[in-house]
Amino acid sequence: MIAELFIIFIGVVLVNNFVLARFLGLCPYIGVSRDLKSALGMGLAVVFVMTMASAVTWVIYYYLLAPTPHNVWFLLWGDGVDPSAFDFSYLRTIAFILVIAALVQLVEMVITKTSPALYRALGIYLPLITTNCAVLGVTVLNIDIFFKAGEPLAGSFIKCLVQGFGAGIGFTLALVLMASIRERLDLADIPPALKGAPIAFIIAALMSMAFLGFTGLI
Amino acid sequence: MIRQFTKGIFQRNPVFVLLLGLCPTLAVSTSVGNAIGMGAAATFVLVFSNLIVSLLRKLVPNKIRIPCYIVVIATFVTLVELVLEAYLPDLNASLGLFVPLIVVNCIILGRAEAFASRNAPLVSVVDGLGMGVGFTLALTVLGTIREISGSNTLLGLELIPNFSPAMIMILPPGAFLTIGLLLGLFALLRSRREKGGVSPAGEGS
Repeated sequence: MIAELFIIFIGVVLVNNFVLARFLGLCPYIGVSRDLKSALGMGLAVVFVMTMASAVTWVIYYYLLAPTPHNVWFLLWGDGVDPSAFDFSYLRTIAFILVIAALVQLVEMVITKTSPALYRALGIYLPLITTNCAVLGVTVLNIDIFFKAGEPLAGSFIKCLVQGFGAGIGFTLALVLMASIRERLDLADIPPALKGAPIAFIIAALMSMAFLGFTGLI
Repeated sequence: MIRQFTKGIFQRNPVFVLLLGLCPTLAVSTSVGNAIGMGAAATFVLVFSNLIVSLLRKLVPNKIRIPCYIVVIATFVTLVELVLEAYLPDLNASLGLFVPLIVVNCIILGRAEAFASRNAPLVSVVDGLGMGVGFTLALTVLGTIREISGSNTLLGLELIPNFSPAMIMILPPGAFLTIGLLLGLFALLRSRREKGGVSPAGEGS
């Protein structure tokens, strides 16, 4: 079990890094990677939201949406009916995005109270975690990978948590690496046309190539 | 009205100028077919979410407008998901995760917030259509470049026989490289044009 979890973690941090291999969360990756401090803050906020979202969406999918005998609606009103009559899995996208929006609101309130400096640094990107596709992406992937026809595979709750946490760490890793490179880049002599976003993408290409080297790891 | 349509395609192209909607752009542009499919799906959602948001703009309280917009968008995305699953299972399989992720495409929420919530329904629909076409166009450009250079095909047809293409172009690094160089090219063209208009001597930048 531990080995399995470790493989999931390494897989999602290095081999299938959310940013560099799956193209999830590119807007903050290009937008907030100008300095190291806000990159780290953003990364930690995303780790928290992703882990929480993985846990909450697992519960919601298992008890409310999946067409199984554990479905709460089935338990309440399903006398003598097949559980598949209570298949609400098509509401997955809507339900998950609402959960994430609520979680982000929570994180925003906590950060505003505890660290106004971090709040100012993260600026508009904090509410934008809601539309960070990496967060919705990891919750949808969790369901795709760890559920089969509505039934969870063995240990799927823990695996979802690890995958959510790992995806956040992978995102933070890519973001922090990028921010440190870009801090040095400010002093470099770059052709004027490539300044800003273009050079950031070219660096991302090189980093992504480096991460391709992890492919054989698992 | 026509200007509302064309601005989304050229001066304010969502991908190349505003840098929005990058995730699906890079992930899906491995081939022209995928690019057009994704573009069409996003355009559909964009047009209808703009319409509904614009119709509801006086009813929705300011404080909870973003969640409301997200629910509207998610509804249309679910519709697209179900239609793709039923009628185009191949396309659905190759777009994979990025179909539900249309919900969090920043172009759609961005247009709902910046345009549809302040304008009449008809103009909003035109704006959505323009932005959608601009997005599709950008995807198609990237898809064409990457498919030709990465798998030596166009729309699945082989181009040059006995030629082994640069695999890296359809892998993730190729996507980043292509969009980086394209953005650089556009910046170069823009600065050339500005220089040509203001000071023909073309000194400095």
